[in-house]
Amino acid sequence: MNSGGDMPILRADALGRALGGASLLDGVSFSVLRGEVWAIVGPSGAGKSSLLRLLVRLDEPSAGTVFLDGVDYRQLPPRDLRRRVGLVAQRAALFPGTVTYNVRFGPSQRGRELSQGRVEELLSGVGLSGFAGRDVANLSGGEAQRVGLARTLANEPEILLLDEPTSALDEASREGVEELIGSIIRENQLTCLMVTHDVAQARRMAEHALVLRQGRVAEKGPVEEVFGAHSAVR
Amino acid sequence: MLTQLFDSQLLLGAAQAAVALAFALLVMLLARYEQVHLERELTGALLRGLVQIVAVGSIFLLLIRAPGWITVFVLLGMIAAAAAIARRRIEGIPGVFVVSLYGIAFGSGLVILPMTLLGVIETQVTALVPVGSMIIAAGMNTCALALERFRSDVESHAAQIEAGLALGAAPAETVTPYVRSAVTASLIPHLNTLRSLGIVWIPGIMAGMILSGTDPVYAAVYQFVVIAMIFAAAGLTALATMVLVRGRVFGAAEQLLVRPGAG
Repeated sequence: MNSGGDMPILRADALGRALGGASLLDGVSFSVLRGEVWAIVGPSGAGKSSLLRLLVRLDEPSAGTVFLDGVDYRQLPPRDLRRRVGLVAQRAALFPGTVTYNVRFGPSQRGRELSQGRVEELLSGVGLSGFAGRDVANLSGGEAQRVGLARTLANEPEILLLDEPTSALDEASREGVEELIGSIIRENQLTCLMVTHDVAQARRMAEHALVLRQGRVAEKGPVEEVFGAHSAVR
Repeated sequence: MLTQLFDSQLLLGAAQAAVALAFALLVMLLARYEQVHLERELTGALLRGLVQIVAVGSIFLLLIRAPGWITVFVLLGMIAAAAAIARRRIEGIPGVFVVSLYGIAFGSGLVILPMTLLGVIETQVTALVPVGSMIIAAGMNTCALALERFRSDVESHAAQIEAGLALGAAPAETVTPYVRSAVTASLIPHLNTLRSLGIVWIPGIMAGMILSGTDPVYAAVYQFVVIAMIFAAAGLTALATMVLVRGRVFGAAEQLLVRPGAG
């Protein structure tokens, strides 16, 4: 029933979040179909990261809700929700220890131990072959970000949420990581929502865009329409 | 010298208190010279401490003549007061008074009760109340230290805790390292006390017993017993407090409540 072709895998319904009297998000609604890649775009403070936090229920919506495969996510156990919707935060916040420990963390919470082969495979997928035994304290910002991505992919999420995935990278390596993320999304047939403040990156990586301004949806739709010649969003 | 000036014990006590207060005020002035402002807090704490301890001395006058069961209520009152004091500096954790109350009651109760039944602590009011108060005070300090360390560690590691939650970890699992460090940190003063016993510090009970004519070796052994009881109560309080508090930093949907900027 939930796998119908037109049934959105993710639907935000009038989502709102207020904190200390200030409104961070207000009436945010959009639907994402399975396999779509969305860019969430907007200036600093527009509510992009707050929206991602709400989608994995790290914060509680003050209004509205999210439907996952047609089911109100408040009816799902939070741990199941967070396994199905994987978030890669802007700051990787790796756990002290080895890269392998980090990659194995998610599955181990469900009593599953990833084989070393699978760990290597995941690391190879994010361009970190041979990093399994490294201590995370010795990684660069970009490497840590990739370990964070591999760690989330180890949970085999249905939806991948990326918060500024290239923010820790220099200009030279940004393009490579964009390609890498693109291929991971395609190979794993993932649905992806990616926060970026860079319109050019949104054009390169996403098919759809959601533009937020001051916590409200300013525009949404196919990238070429949102960022097209007649759009105010550049 | 003071003993030669005063015939009355009460006047002597007041004079001794005045001298001790003068030293404390001197510390306050020295701290002020270094731009550390303790005036308000220290003055309030000193006056409060003096009034409280004199009140306790007066209450003891009444307790000595009261039936033994009154002691239970005195100790329970002390536990409630200890919980109220322990939770003071802890902000942002819901229900932290109840956590402190149960933690201190568990830790001190589990030591005071069996030790009294075994006869290690005598049942007279004059023995049970002071020894019990030392144990409860140790529980209070441990509880406050553990809570403060835990809250501060959770707040400063919020990103890692939320990364764990986002990967589907159980909330308790994500704060385990900070529970451990809070228990360890809160017990350091008591471990130092045990290590320095007799070398750096000759504690009050032993000194008092020797002054009142008790065999010094027995006084020393009994002092060790008291310190060991205090450590046991502190350890149990720290563990119980952490078991009770670790779930309270999360909301109903397993969301971290204690993080920078959370409101």
